[in-house]
Amino acid sequence: MSPLAPRPEEGVLESAGIVHAARPGVLDASHRVILYLEEVTVTFDGFRALDKLTLYVDRGELRCVIGPNGAGKTTMMDVITGKTRPDAGTVYFGQTLDLTRMSEAQIAQAGIGRKFQKPTVFERHSVFENLELALASNRGVRHSLFAVVDDAVRDRVADMLRFIRLEGQADRPAGLLSHGQKQWLEIGMLLVQNPRLLLLDEPVAGMSDDETERTAELITALAAKHSVVVVEHDMEFIARLGGKVTVLDEGRVLAEGSLEAVQADPKVIEVYLGR
Amino acid sequence: MDSALRRPALPRLAAPWPRASWLGLAAYGLIAFGLLPTLHLLTPVGSLLHVSDFTITLGGKIMCYAIVAVALDLVWGYGGILSLGHSLFFALGGYGFGMYLMRSIGREGVYQSDLPDFMVFLDWKKLPWYWHGTSHAAWALFLALAVPALLAAIFGLFAFRSRVKGVYFSIITQALTYAAMLLFFRNETGFGGNNGFTDFKRVFGLPITAPSTRVLLFMATAAALLASVLGTRYLVRSKFGRVLTAIRDAEARVMALGYDPLRYKLAAWTLSAVLCAAAGALYVPQVGIINPSEMSPANSIEIAIWVAVGGRGTLIGPVVGAALVTLAKSFLTTAYPEFWLFFLGLLFILVTLFLPEGVIGLGRRLWRKGTA
Repeated sequence: MSPLAPRPEEGVLESAGIVHAARPGVLDASHRVILYLEEVTVTFDGFRALDKLTLYVDRGELRCVIGPNGAGKTTMMDVITGKTRPDAGTVYFGQTLDLTRMSEAQIAQAGIGRKFQKPTVFERHSVFENLELALASNRGVRHSLFAVVDDAVRDRVADMLRFIRLEGQADRPAGLLSHGQKQWLEIGMLLVQNPRLLLLDEPVAGMSDDETERTAELITALAAKHSVVVVEHDMEFIARLGGKVTVLDEGRVLAEGSLEAVQADPKVIEVYLGR
Repeated sequence: MDSALRRPALPRLAAPWPRASWLGLAAYGLIAFGLLPTLHLLTPVGSLLHVSDFTITLGGKIMCYAIVAVALDLVWGYGGILSLGHSLFFALGGYGFGMYLMRSIGREGVYQSDLPDFMVFLDWKKLPWYWHGTSHAAWALFLALAVPALLAAIFGLFAFRSRVKGVYFSIITQALTYAAMLLFFRNETGFGGNNGFTDFKRVFGLPITAPSTRVLLFMATAAALLASVLGTRYLVRSKFGRVLTAIRDAEARVMALGYDPLRYKLAAWTLSAVLCAAAGALYVPQVGIINPSEMSPANSIEIAIWVAVGGRGTLIGPVVGAALVTLAKSFLTTAYPEFWLFFLGLLFILVTLFLPEGVIGLGRRLWRKGTA
């Protein structure tokens, strides 16, 4: 099975004509929108990191989020992944999952994968072990005591190793990889979780031109089957991805639309050139 | 392509035991279960081959310490959680089993009462409620393990849920063991105050100072140490261990993968406390005394030094570290008593500076150089 294959139940439900199969605790993205942020406000010691932010991401959409430093991009990611709790507003994943009431681990299990700004892999574990731990499986303590690395696990890891071009590196400690390879390994770790929504915080920071190009290819390929939110500074990279762009400033949405449209927006020009 | 070929090889996950490990295991079995017991029981006192009471007791003590060191290595070496309060769990285990030992004195105490001597001395008329049933060894053993486990689980739950980490966690564990020590120093607590428990007469119906009883306790401790090392070794090599070390190195990533670090930390932490408690329960009948000074913060720091000296995250290192430091202490506190603490401090500094992986790490480096 390709690591990018969609989850089986998705097609089944739709072809059976079931429009709305709401099950508690299970993602229901039968409506077009997979992620809802409405009027989300976060304050740190009086500083408004997010100020009534409203943002919708569609199923299968590739969304780029840009904005000057301190615009609230990373805080937004933190709110979606449960690391930061909003003071006000609602955050829903699909129709049924209220992310403000779920723990970070529960949110990850529900299908939201996050790549951090700084590549975060387990440096002392081998590349193989990094992927093995990330692989979608039971996350419980009891299960972990008797879990076996069987052929199915090895095959899935091997597929992903090929996909992220780290085939020869399986047994090396992840700490010895180059910066770009770590970024790829981290993306690979996200993908083997079978997420529905991927949050990528500066995925090409510190990558060479060649690596950036390959990462762009990878992300556009992912967007067909996953919903992807990319936070980036690199305009060329965003142009290469070609998705809808949201510009954040001071915790609010300043503009939204195609890259050309937002670049021509006088408010955006002022924010970027006025500093 | 053949699927066996495309699968990555896994030297770390599936490595067979090296020959040295088998040899070490065989040597341990022969010495602990064969040589020392035989020489102690069957050779006459004074003969060149005789192994003295003192040696057997010291050996048993060292093995109890080694279990504690292995327990600390599980949470510190693999989980990154430095406890400076592990002597608390050790002492609680000792007190738990000590209650049974006190009750089995029967009427042979100084006051010839059914109550333990210290209660008669305090003019208590009956046993406090928590002493009930402790005349049964099984119940006392259960208490010895369950009470420390419960305390560790509750303390761990609050500490880990509030994400208390690093040096802050270590300081709180120090405070915890210090508070417990003060509590146990009080006569009203019902555990003998600053004298603790002593003057035991028998254990499981056997006279406690008889050579055969000594050997039995020694072998039970040897078996417990072996089980601790093999059990924790299985744990750290299982997926549980890989998640635990992942939490140590990058907790945020572990959470983003959907694991709940709290549960993993809590499991390792509670298990570690239970191992300490078991060691304490084995320790008390062998040394014949338990008192609140076992809970002193300095004792807990010494445990951390055993682990650091032996080599963190190696499991066998802490066993070696506990033995080396205890032997050095046994020698130095008789030869140069005033220098022991200076020596301990110096040792800690030297190991931290020059042997970050302890004596086991040093040994491995020399071995590699020798074979290269």
